[in-house]
Amino acid sequence: MKHVLGAVCGASVLLLAVPAMAETTLTIATVNNGDMIRMQGLTAEFTKKNPDISVKWVTLEENVLRQRVTTDIATKGGQFDVLTIGTYEVPIWAKKGWLVPLANLGGDYDVADLLPRIKDAVSVDGKLYAAPFYGESSMVMYRTDLFEKAGLKMPEKPAWDFVIDAAKKLTDKSAGTYGICLRGKAGWGENMAFLSAMANSYGARWFDEKWEPQFNTPEWKTTLTTYVNLMKEAGPPGASSNGFNENLALFNAGKCAMWIDATVAASFVTNPKDSKVADKVGFALAPNTGLGKNANWLWAWNLAIPVGSKKMEAAEKFIAWATSKDYTKLVASKEGWANVPPGTRTSLYKNDEYLKVAPFAKLTLASIDAADPNKPTVKPVPYVGVQYAAIPEFQGIGTQVGQQFSAALAGSMTVDAALTAAQSATEREMKRAGYIK
Amino acid sequence: MARMATTRRVVISTAVAWLFGFLIFFPILWMVLASFKTELEAFAIPPSFLFFHWTTENYATVQERSDYFHHAMNSVIIAGGSTLIALLIAIPAAWSMAFSPTKRTKDILLWMLSTKMMPPVGVLVPIYLIYKTFGLLDSRIGLVFILCLGNLPIVIWMLFTYFKEIPRDILEAARMDGATIGRELVYVLTPMAIPGLASTMLLNLILAWNEAFWTLNLSTSNAAPLTTFIASYSSPEGLFWAKLSAASTLAIAPILVLGWFSQKQLVRGLTFGAVK
Repeated sequence: MKHVLGAVCGASVLLLAVPAMAETTLTIATVNNGDMIRMQGLTAEFTKKNPDISVKWVTLEENVLRQRVTTDIATKGGQFDVLTIGTYEVPIWAKKGWLVPLANLGGDYDVADLLPRIKDAVSVDGKLYAAPFYGESSMVMYRTDLFEKAGLKMPEKPAWDFVIDAAKKLTDKSAGTYGICLRGKAGWGENMAFLSAMANSYGARWFDEKWEPQFNTPEWKTTLTTYVNLMKEAGPPGASSNGFNENLALFNAGKCAMWIDATVAASFVTNPKDSKVADKVGFALAPNTGLGKNANWLWAWNLAIPVGSKKMEAAEKFIAWATSKDYTKLVASKEGWANVPPGTRTSLYKNDEYLKVAPFAKLTLASIDAADPNKPTVKPVPYVGVQYAAIPEFQGIGTQVGQQFSAALAGSMTVDAALTAAQSATEREMKRAGYIK
Repeated sequence: MARMATTRRVVISTAVAWLFGFLIFFPILWMVLASFKTELEAFAIPPSFLFFHWTTENYATVQERSDYFHHAMNSVIIAGGSTLIALLIAIPAAWSMAFSPTKRTKDILLWMLSTKMMPPVGVLVPIYLIYKTFGLLDSRIGLVFILCLGNLPIVIWMLFTYFKEIPRDILEAARMDGATIGRELVYVLTPMAIPGLASTMLLNLILAWNEAFWTLNLSTSNAAPLTTFIASYSSPEGLFWAKLSAASTLAIAPILVLGWFSQKQLVRGLTFGAVK
């Protein structure tokens, strides 16, 4: 027994020793999305060009990553050299002084080629604090065969009235076909991403110029009533637990006539390997009510350097490589043009080879152009962000409000009660944070 | 007649027990099945139970994309190391509380248990700062230390209840024969408490293996155990259930095998704590 214990202790001590490395090792935190996985697969191309740099990947679930990275960056832990963060975090973290401005991306990087909306979203006071890796907006994806059968024609810029009527006409619950699939799962990045964008198109806003929450306005009531009624009549059962992936599965299985969600979904629903309806999908801009704003959001996953990193030079080299035009070409040569990260560079949307394999490219670009994070709503607002307000408190508030709206969709709460609860919860948080008295 | 009624009762209760057993086991079974489906089939509604196109491509993808053995080795070291150290501290602690209690023994035991009542996230930032200062972030020794601390109260409590069961007279007899405290602990108490020690060790091993809060927050790559390996397969945009299931099946396989072979001790250990 004694010998066994001794041996185990000895072995443990030996194994606990971590080997030392002479070269610069970058630790990169990222999420498990197709484009990021592809980037990991191509790391060898970067290290071949930069033999003194090696790369370690830390892939985590989106919310775990957010918590993990926030803890590290707030304590200046220095565990990561490159972070994958969203457009929501970039302005907040940049203002807190947590991110290093990217000033040395290299002469051939061509910052002017970045899509203006996306570039705005990752810049503060004209300085770039993160480099966009891929960008997205949201749009309508619809079944051309079902529309044709019902004698309907989708306009390129549909109005909400048309979408609602079409959804009701196309619903055939006995056949398991539903007119429209929308997000219902609670969360600031889940149902609230869609509902905030929809509210923008109905003239609603999160806060007025003095940071007063606006859920007691008629615009929000119209938005939420329309959404709940539409989903009750034309949505799939159990919609209050559907997020992006659930709706993707429903649409790919041919259960939805329309789906309004992220533009990146276009490449999934048109891929015959994953989708039963790959050759029957059409695209249109997100709906509007004629007030000048469409119900589409703007989001990008970006690469940034935290101030705690001790390997800034190598980190910036990596970011410049992964978000460059050459990287796009590299992906195209290895995996085809259909797999290049979309939504960040103007040049991609002028590339004939890409346009040939991506029938949704033009609408993706039009959708991104239609979402202005600096002027997201019909009435003026004090915040930046289309489907979110870029303030640190928004994650918590957004999720609380999302829970109320998800409950309204599930039928366990009325629309009025959900709006009242959302208003009082938001007021409480905003008072606590000192925005209002 | 009475005999028949008894037989019927046995049959019914056996069937009910099997049904409950199956229900509890079902999520694991479903996970294993999903790991052999394609992404589209894993998400299909209505789901297919056994009649689908079986594939091992998810396992191949997982193998190709991440280093399973690196993570598994870290899990073995972290779970094993923390259990070993916890036992080394807990055996003398439980011994002293079981055989030489003072006025404050009960309070100390309760205080130790109370540390388990605090949500770990409450001390994340202070621990993170301490680890940063001492260079323990993303190190196996750091994780061994935190998991050992976290599980120590449970280990001490379990061992305490086992030791209480051992008749004091035997220890006194050993002392009469001239045994020192050290010899008494190693040659008399420990062999008698082997079943208890084994079940405590197993339970602690499983708890440490499954621990996901500290292991996710304090490790990045060098010390990352299987919990981070699983977490890397969840995706906000794109279908991932089949690959996630394959990763989870690989992650639980070693501990499942260990649990299967030692279920007798485990059940004894678990029910022991519950009854006491």
